[in-house]
Amino acid sequence: MKHYEVEILDAKTREKLCFLDKVEPQATIAEIKNLFTKTHPQWYPARQSLRLDPKGKSLKDEDVLQKLPVGTTATLFFRDLGAQISWVTVFLTEYAGPLFIYLLFYFRVPFIYGHKYDFTSSRHTVVHLACICHSSHYVKRLLETLFVHRFSHGTMPLRNIFKNCTYYWGFAAWMAYYINHPLYTPPTYGAQQVKLALTIFVICQLGNFSIHMALRDLRPAGSKTRKIPYPTKNPFTWLFLLVSCPNYTYEVGSWIGFAIMTQCVPVALFSLVGFTQMTIWAKGKHRSYLKEFRDYPPLRMPIIPFLL
Amino acid sequence: MASSEEDGTNGASEASDEKEATGKRRRLGFLATAWLTFYNIAMTAGWLVLAIAMVRFYMEKGTHRGLYKSIQKTLKFFQTFALLEVVHCLIGIVPTSVLVTGVQVSSRIFMIQNEESVVLFLVSWTVTEITRYSFYTFSLLDHLPHFIKWARYNFFIILYPVGVAGELLTIYAALPYVKKSGMFSVRLPNKYNVSFDYYYFLLITMASYIPLFPQLYFHMLRQRRKVLHGEVIVEKDD
Repeated sequence: MKHYEVEILDAKTREKLCFLDKVEPQATIAEIKNLFTKTHPQWYPARQSLRLDPKGKSLKDEDVLQKLPVGTTATLFFRDLGAQISWVTVFLTEYAGPLFIYLLFYFRVPFIYGHKYDFTSSRHTVVHLACICHSSHYVKRLLETLFVHRFSHGTMPLRNIFKNCTYYWGFAAWMAYYINHPLYTPPTYGAQQVKLALTIFVICQLGNFSIHMALRDLRPAGSKTRKIPYPTKNPFTWLFLLVSCPNYTYEVGSWIGFAIMTQCVPVALFSLVGFTQMTIWAKGKHRSYLKEFRDYPPLRMPIIPFLL
Repeated sequence: MASSEEDGTNGASEASDEKEATGKRRRLGFLATAWLTFYNIAMTAGWLVLAIAMVRFYMEKGTHRGLYKSIQKTLKFFQTFALLEVVHCLIGIVPTSVLVTGVQVSSRIFMIQNEESVVLFLVSWTVTEITRYSFYTFSLLDHLPHFIKWARYNFFIILYPVGVAGELLTIYAALPYVKKSGMFSVRLPNKYNVSFDYYYFLLITMASYIPLFPQLYFHMLRQRRKVLHGEVIVEKDD
């Protein structure tokens, strides 16, 4: 069996960083990354980007050396992705924050509102409902992160955790401040409005969860395969007939419901920002689906049926 | 930062400077080019009118007292028009980010008057804007006099800090008045369950100059080195 030689150069400076000889032809990029780490321990595999061309796309961990367009002496270019952090860690941190922070405002912990309000409770039912909705939403997210989601990537750049936490924690504090304020004004149309909004919220949360489960079942544990999602027996998944990312559709719906229920501008703004971000993600996902699958259902839109 | 020193916007990207060398044409439809040309010429003219009005005022009155009041309407008119620049980014005829432009434009909308500091930023704004809009106009028309390019990449070195100083002093001077009058502010309780305190908003704005100003200033310095001296700058990866 012929062995390969692999040399790894810095993509920017072309400096020779590492030379590996006697590499198995069926070695994967993941294995080569591990070998590279041995000589440069500060560059653990998650922060390595190896590519055939300095300006090209990163090679995947599963790619096999033999199958790449290289000779028996392969030249790979290395780019440092920067410090990495696992997706699971980021998700848990960014979701635990809002859960905890909202409750600080709900229980009117000292130094937030005037001292005469410390540890008092709101007399409005909707405020208690809102706390239940907000808290269970984030508990759901935490549980999904631990038990449901199957991530394509293990890690993301470290700076994302600061950006993401600022966004989630900041908005949670801003919303919670007003909803739990002693001067909070309940919705204009009273119990009717609250009931309707709560119904929307619950339906969309169930929908979002159903989609997450359906997506999980598409992908066997530990794999990174991609398949076209289709509606299942669960009626909530029938939204797949009309959109590529119904999980985002339901998520926007949930927050619109929460905004109507609390009649609070910061909640509406949070929904708007979230909608914008999710639309960008949905369009990207939709484009990848179209590129990867020739037979992708033509009726589907990225996030809003028929519109967007 | 109120002095909108964002490079390569309003239809004239840096590509148009390199264009003379590479001969590559930036793809802008005829309608978009025509509109942007008109817009940039109009803005150049507008800020020229303001500059002339300021000079005349000083020559007649010998002082800057009452200057702001006299040019207020014209200033607000042209400053409000600059909101269009956000739209230009949104519809894609200008390659800059909507967020950056939005920040720059909105940071100017809320300036309140106070005589001395107002002169500082007014002068730097007018000179900067005239230079900037002429630069874009000429670039769009493919006919950039070297002087304009030189001005656009050198004036800012002085004007930018001067303008920022003027803006900060003006905001600072206006603070007591803002606090007393409660202007632009919304209090609880109200049916939308939101509040906005303009006074604290201004304090945060002033603080934000600390991280933002150096970034924008050094960005312009780097652009200057690249455009005027042809230095190749290796950008940091993201």
